[in-house]
Amino acid sequence: MVDTADSGTPARPGLLASWHRTWRRANQRSAFGERYTTAIVFLIPTVTLFTLFVILPMGEAALYSVYRWNGYGELSTFVGTRNYAFLLNNGAFRSALINTGLIILVSLAIQLPLALWMALILAERIRGAVLFRAIFFLPYILAEVATGLIWKFVYDGRYGLVAGLYGWFGAEPPFLLADRELAIYAVMIVVVWKYFGFHMMIYIAGLQAISHEVVEAARIDGASWWQTAWRIKVPLLAPVIRLSVFFSVLGALQLFDLVWALTRGGPANATHTVVTYLYNFGITRMSIGFGSAVGVVLFIICVVFAFGYRRSLMRHD
Amino acid sequence: MHSTLSGLIAAGITAAMATAAVAQQTVVTWMHLESDPPVVAWMEGVEAAFEARNPDVDVQMQYVANEAFKARLTTMLQSDERPDVFYTWAGGVMRAQADAGVLQDISATVQDGWGETISAGALSAYDYNGAVHGVPWEVNQVGFWYNKGIFAEVGIDPESIRTWDDLLATVRTLHDAGVTPITTGGADKWPLHFYWTHLAIRIGGREAFQAAINSQGDGFAADPFIQAGERFAELIALDPFQDGFLGMTFPESAGYFGDGNAAMQLQGSWNYLTQRTNSVSGAGLSDDQLGWFPFPVVDGGAGAPTDTLGGINGWLVTDGAPPETVAFLRFLTNLDNQTEAARLGVHIPVTIGAAEALENPFFRLHAENIARSDYHQIFYDQDLGPSVGRVVNDVSTDLAAGLLTPQEAARQVQEAWEFETM
Repeated sequence: MVDTADSGTPARPGLLASWHRTWRRANQRSAFGERYTTAIVFLIPTVTLFTLFVILPMGEAALYSVYRWNGYGELSTFVGTRNYAFLLNNGAFRSALINTGLIILVSLAIQLPLALWMALILAERIRGAVLFRAIFFLPYILAEVATGLIWKFVYDGRYGLVAGLYGWFGAEPPFLLADRELAIYAVMIVVVWKYFGFHMMIYIAGLQAISHEVVEAARIDGASWWQTAWRIKVPLLAPVIRLSVFFSVLGALQLFDLVWALTRGGPANATHTVVTYLYNFGITRMSIGFGSAVGVVLFIICVVFAFGYRRSLMRHD
Repeated sequence: MHSTLSGLIAAGITAAMATAAVAQQTVVTWMHLESDPPVVAWMEGVEAAFEARNPDVDVQMQYVANEAFKARLTTMLQSDERPDVFYTWAGGVMRAQADAGVLQDISATVQDGWGETISAGALSAYDYNGAVHGVPWEVNQVGFWYNKGIFAEVGIDPESIRTWDDLLATVRTLHDAGVTPITTGGADKWPLHFYWTHLAIRIGGREAFQAAINSQGDGFAADPFIQAGERFAELIALDPFQDGFLGMTFPESAGYFGDGNAAMQLQGSWNYLTQRTNSVSGAGLSDDQLGWFPFPVVDGGAGAPTDTLGGINGWLVTDGAPPETVAFLRFLTNLDNQTEAARLGVHIPVTIGAAEALENPFFRLHAENIARSDYHQIFYDQDLGPSVGRVVNDVSTDLAAGLLTPQEAARQVQEAWEFETM
């Protein structure tokens, strides 16, 4: 059995016998060795790529993060944990962490329920469902930078759509993206608008995979639409929901281009996410050592979340 | 029919030969940040003229937007794709690049008669540890641009604005008249750092800055810098800027000024063109409507009224660039080309004698001011290097947003400086 399991083919007596013969006949180049050769041949590209593009950069970032380094030449000024100390005492970084947390919260509390609700409606065979699916999915297709620029115009306090609406009611328009209190909420609206369609599509796909018989049985038993949705569809959709929560949180942790195009982290560093903070305070300032420290912190947050989440909630998926 | 065919073949051969010629050309890549169409047109003219004289050289212009340039330069300079010659504001950023060995020492050519043609003061900004890696091509001065029409309407005499208190009074008067006193591009941050740094120049003079960069006394946390924050806060208390100024970029604010929506704008010489290009009409304020006065003095300040803040901008040559690059740079900064630049009002040239051709009255004035100045301070956000420089921009913006006290602002700059020089 061990042999067959290892060879990856179902147990067949004939095969097993011939297999044994081959194995016994084996000189240096045994089948056993051949199988290892195969494994190694297939592993080399993966391990190389993984080492080159994942392990090495991570190690490098960790190394840079204990130096003051502007990106040019040799690493020379060892600063120990000073980059990290500065980071933890920096108000802009704290606000970036809070903003990232807020975006995660909004994603989970508003974006995903909205996507689920839309999916429950649009997964059914009703007139116009396909059209509405396409419309709600459209923002997701739009490039992030284009989205940022469009919404920048929408929010503009002089010429924008919001200004127009206020003007219509004869009120003074707000400058949403120039207001340190409100700007982050304006950003979150765009985030929800842009990404809920993606999660809606995942849910629709999941809903369509649910067996019709189960839903029909519930209907025949007299369950209302609401009861069918809440007691049958959503529980059956649970693995998909857990996956979309996973995507949503990681996406929020890595949010960059949308915010950069919309506010560049402003006004006065009020709308930074962890990644825009990294870009602004690390890359554009030629403080690669400091930026690496931010990267290491972000990496730890991502890894803790990804492993913790997979081990606990997605254990059975 | 026959002649057409042979004509085609001849044309084909010529094309093939032309391709072969292109293949043998030395390519010089020229990375610039210029987006004003008249300036770009002039630059293209210089490029064509150089290529006409040197058929074996192909100068290729590469445009990168200002903020993107600052972000990408570090990576670009260490790659194989680095440009041969690129734009610079000199200062600490240039020094960091020179230390890293990505720049080429062109001292030999500069000493060979070329350096003598350039204003010594401007050229000295490109001298670092006895080596020269590029040359300046323009200077500029930061000061208050104003709208003559609005000033006349409200009844303000620009000549009367001599001190900081005069400026505050002017802002109050404009406010009472229902006019936006000043416009600024707070989203870009650096337009706001002109206030804090120019106040520091007026209050502390060259001595305070020198002491700070030599880490003497309290450095950037010393009194002159705290006072600069306090005086800036006095202005902020009057709510001087347009609504939503923290969300507006510099080009947008220049257009806002060019459209006549605000009375003043604190900007450099280049704003003469930027306020036109970004205005709705594209014409901006004409020379008749546009006025300029220097940054006001602060009573009791150690700085001389003639001290100036601005840039000494130019070009740096990268390590490994072909010798044709230096030849091109020399051509670009020669008297003929810079005289033409002056005549067209592209910028204020530093090639000796070229500024005499300036027809633009504002550029003439700025050129005279800088020539008279004993202390022309390069923008802090360039001179202090990319890291500390951006902290100055940050704290200036935070002061304008009312988030920091003057003491905290000065302390943050000092802490960044200490970290950078440890």
